[in-house]
Amino acid sequence: MTTPGPEQPDPERQSGGTGTATAAAPSGPLAGGVHEPTRADIGEKTLRKDRYWVTPAITVIVLVAWLTYGVVRVFMQDYYYVDEHHYLTPFYSPCTSTGCVEEAAHFGRFTPNHALIPFAVLSLPLLLVFRLTCYYYRKAYYRSFWLSPPACAVPDGHKRYTGETRFPLILQNLHRYTFYLAAAIVLINTWDMILAFGGDEGFGIGLGNLILIFNVVMLWLYTLSCHSCRHVTGGRLRHFSRHPLRYRWWTFVSKLNTRHMLYAWMSLGTLALVDFYIMGVAAGWFDDLRFL
Amino acid sequence: MGYDLNMKVWRGDESGGELTDYVVPVEEGEVVLDALHRLQATQAGDLAVRWNCKAGKCGSCSAEINGKPRLTCMTRLSVFEPGETVTVTPLRTFPVIRDLVTDVSYNYEKAKKVPPLSPEPRQADGTYRMQQEDVERGQEFRKCIECFLCQSVCHVIRDHEDNKEAFSGPRLFLRYAELEMHPLETKDHREAAKAEAGVGLCNITKCCTEVCPESIKITDNAIIPVKERVVDRSYDPLVWLGSKIFRRSADD
Ligand code: SF4
Ligand code: SF4
Ligand code: FES
Ligand code: FES
Repeated sequence: MTTPGPEQPDPERQSGGTGTATAAAPSGPLAGGVHEPTRADIGEKTLRKDRYWVTPAITVIVLVAWLTYGVVRVFMQDYYYVDEHHYLTPFYSPCTSTGCVEEAAHFGRFTPNHALIPFAVLSLPLLLVFRLTCYYYRKAYYRSFWLSPPACAVPDGHKRYTGETRFPLILQNLHRYTFYLAAAIVLINTWDMILAFGGDEGFGIGLGNLILIFNVVMLWLYTLSCHSCRHVTGGRLRHFSRHPLRYRWWTFVSKLNTRHMLYAWMSLGTLALVDFYIMGVAAGWFDDLRFL
Repeated sequence: MGYDLNMKVWRGDESGGELTDYVVPVEEGEVVLDALHRLQATQAGDLAVRWNCKAGKCGSCSAEINGKPRLTCMTRLSVFEPGETVTVTPLRTFPVIRDLVTDVSYNYEKAKKVPPLSPEPRQADGTYRMQQEDVERGQEFRKCIECFLCQSVCHVIRDHEDNKEAFSGPRLFLRYAELEMHPLETKDHREAAKAEAGVGLCNITKCCTEVCPESIKITDNAIIPVKERVVDRSYDPLVWLGSKIFRRSADD
């Protein structure tokens, strides 16, 4: 038997045990997590050798890029409406600032016009909170920004952890309310999309309309596939058999729900796309491709 | 066609141990547990490894392979690159007993805390009746083989020993979810899920779902529904108000 079994005490053990152990491996009663004294004494914090950091890294890059674009656009306070074709970008909908052009303000102009107040100040903060408290985005940013954990079986980047039991993270439980309100905002986006068929010269269809439709479809898919939606439409029931209609609703939402992550990214993409397109047409960088 | 597999296997016990190198002859189509068995039979007769069915159904052979919690009997050698060293360690969330065997009693202690089913009275003919659509959700959770891979990967306890007290873990959330969805159950387990099982500690990062060998959608189908029920009870003033005024409960 050539195995260095447990019957031969290993002189190296005190310094972390294995030949591959790093000197940084903590020991003693203060050691945490996988280095708890009762657990198998393995130096490395993780033995994963695959490129587990790629997904969180891409997540950070895409979200930071998107947020930067969003902030720039929201405070640009220009190029948000194509007068000729009645295209309004969702970043400025509903346009309630007294600074909005009249044609774009489908619901009146009553919020203050200030360089630091978005024109769509009623919807944007809400949509931000809706996405921030979304069960999917939570997973995405807890992993990528907060490293808690960065990937499975890779240690948490933090010493202490209280999950979602304390302020501020306990507020994640408010996701459901933002869902109700976000659904109302998608209705407004749908209305904007319909109005965009009637330009200055009456009914017409351009590439902008198709992009607007695509975006609204994605917004609906994202919003309806929400976990809170799944719960309130039927998930909370004990007896589906007593509520056949809600059962069917729940079945439908459950199907969408399995693709919630996909819709989360798709709708983020279409929002930026539709906004960029409208900005381009409004600023005169390119013309809307007209079909009708 | 056979070939030589380079392995690193953790050998040791509570007082310490190390990754030991082995070269094990293996055949194509074999799984990690086959290699461990051959190692035990030919080179390391005292290697402690727990297993039972070799069919992915008993949940005994859980270990960590190249850093990921997996069933050794369901991990084919063909998933590794040719020449790749296969590193096998015990689960790193539970106290080690010896070699690849850990003490998983934490999970059984937590299971004891799950309240029993409190069904409504039997019907006049002495039976219970349930509709298929009412039991379907719970049936998914019944596929659990208690391998505790989900428990082992969960960072709440893997990386924070102090949370073991307050947190029951994903496998047990399946049990709370099943109770909450059970058509015959008469009691409300939302407070227990929050206070005793600590569902609020879960940050839904889904590692449990990623490692489950039974492909149970633990996070989507059990944990999030339980969290939403806790919201109904503890964080939703509208539902609370409704239950006071209309005397409606989640029991409909
Ligand atoms: S989703 Fe929750 S229970 Fe599952 S591994 Fe992550 S933190 Fe643990
Ligand atoms: S839920 Fe899945 S991973 Fe967890 S113990 Fe059961 S079978 Fe294993
Ligand atoms: S869970 Fe993602 S929007 Fe509700
Ligand atoms: S030996 Fe039974 S699950 Fe692997």
